[in-house]
Amino acid sequence: MPLRLLKYGLSRDYPVSGDIPATPDLKPSYDVVIVGGGGHGLSCAHHLAKYHGISRVAVIEKGYLAGGNTARNTTTIRSNYITAEGIAFYKEGVELFETLSQELDFNVMFSQRGQLTLAHTEATLRSFHARAEMGKHLGTRTEVVDQKAVEELVPTLNMDYGGSLEILGGLWHADGGTARHDAVAWGYAAQASRRGVEIHQRTEVEGFEVVGDRVRAVKTNRGRIACGQVLIATGGMNYDVALMAGVELPIRCYPLQAMVTQPLKPWLHTLVSSVSLHTYLVQSSRGEVVIGGGSDPYQLYSTRSTLDMKEHLAEGAVHLFPFLQGVRLLRQWAGITDMTPDYSPIMGASPLANLWLDCGWGTWGFKATPVAGKRMAETIAKGCMPDILKPFALERFETFQLLNEMGATAASH
Amino acid sequence: MKLLICPMNGPRNIDEFQSFGPVPAEPDPDRTADADWSRHLFRAENRRGIVVEWWRHVPSNYFFLAERDLVTNEVVRTFDPSERRDQS
Repeated sequence: MPLRLLKYGLSRDYPVSGDIPATPDLKPSYDVVIVGGGGHGLSCAHHLAKYHGISRVAVIEKGYLAGGNTARNTTTIRSNYITAEGIAFYKEGVELFETLSQELDFNVMFSQRGQLTLAHTEATLRSFHARAEMGKHLGTRTEVVDQKAVEELVPTLNMDYGGSLEILGGLWHADGGTARHDAVAWGYAAQASRRGVEIHQRTEVEGFEVVGDRVRAVKTNRGRIACGQVLIATGGMNYDVALMAGVELPIRCYPLQAMVTQPLKPWLHTLVSSVSLHTYLVQSSRGEVVIGGGSDPYQLYSTRSTLDMKEHLAEGAVHLFPFLQGVRLLRQWAGITDMTPDYSPIMGASPLANLWLDCGWGTWGFKATPVAGKRMAETIAKGCMPDILKPFALERFETFQLLNEMGATAASH
Repeated sequence: MKLLICPMNGPRNIDEFQSFGPVPAEPDPDRTADADWSRHLFRAENRRGIVVEWWRHVPSNYFFLAERDLVTNEVVRTFDPSERRDQS
């Protein structure tokens, strides 16, 4: 009966819940201004409000919520890195994903299905052994598996026995998985705004008022905001935004391209990536096969796609799974990645006392959305960096203490 | 297919080239502090606009310079490194 439905629709006991409030008027000042309304910025806002009692927070976003690299990444979640510092940090990130739907009261569709990285050469296999040992030592589920185990994990793989790209083994990372990227951002945004955080969409930073070693105010296209603390978390725009505050980051911007096929019946139950082919595949919960690879070969501020890269991705995908040859592509896109020299992010302090960085996330930032937000919130609330973040500080480039994750990042994300 | 004009080999498919990034300022080894070496090593030009870059034509292993716009991807010109030395 429609009338019975109406009773619920109009009842005060069952209020309509809008997930994310409309953009309010800007206040003249906030305790914390977060530049960038993507996953990382929203996660930081959530952690500030929920765990540190700081809710006079404005998240300002030039476009719409989570429309940048949060929307463009290929949702790989994993912790099988190379350095002890990197593994420890990403391990905490994976653990936060395991309970994220409960934390946000929102289904982020986390699927911990494991990631298999393939070795086609003995050299790759040797590097896998080093990663596996480091991973095990730090308590992650990472192991080297042989040909037979690879076949059992992914029976549809073309092993290419005797060929030039024969699969010799793999790095099996049972902790690896995926989640729905939009849901992660929306979940954080809804939780943060419920606790008083203001989310200002279509609000663009035009500059910073820097006095001495502090940012006094953020200038936006909707007015000036005085600020206690500022966080920069703007993905592909990090270099430009930091430069407005006079901070020159060691970042170079490259496009990163990806694409999805038409939806297929479920057949790929793990994440599969190949270092030699610079290709990785994952089947989404809708059945689409998401195909990604390495960044473009030269610097560019553009989200255009190129036939060269798409052909390259398709070639890798069809080599690994020849039956994909007749499958159609549904969508293709690119994002701008802010690449650091050592393939590790830049988190924590900047040369300005109240300006904090959550930058340099390049091609690998989605998996760290919960942990980067949590740890950056802690940093901002306490005014100093926790030990887990210290290796990622900007000053590592001045002291030549780089954190080289290139071998674990280039084509695996 | 995107073409790049190699100063030695003429127009070739972009696939045949490798980018080596923006030309860095060359510090004086005798007078450069650690912080400036760090800048030299890790901070490449990334501003929106035209940069001068090192490129290599892989099959002929020939290195040359290109002026390219980092936003539009337009290659303004390519030239032999000797031209740069002549200018400086």
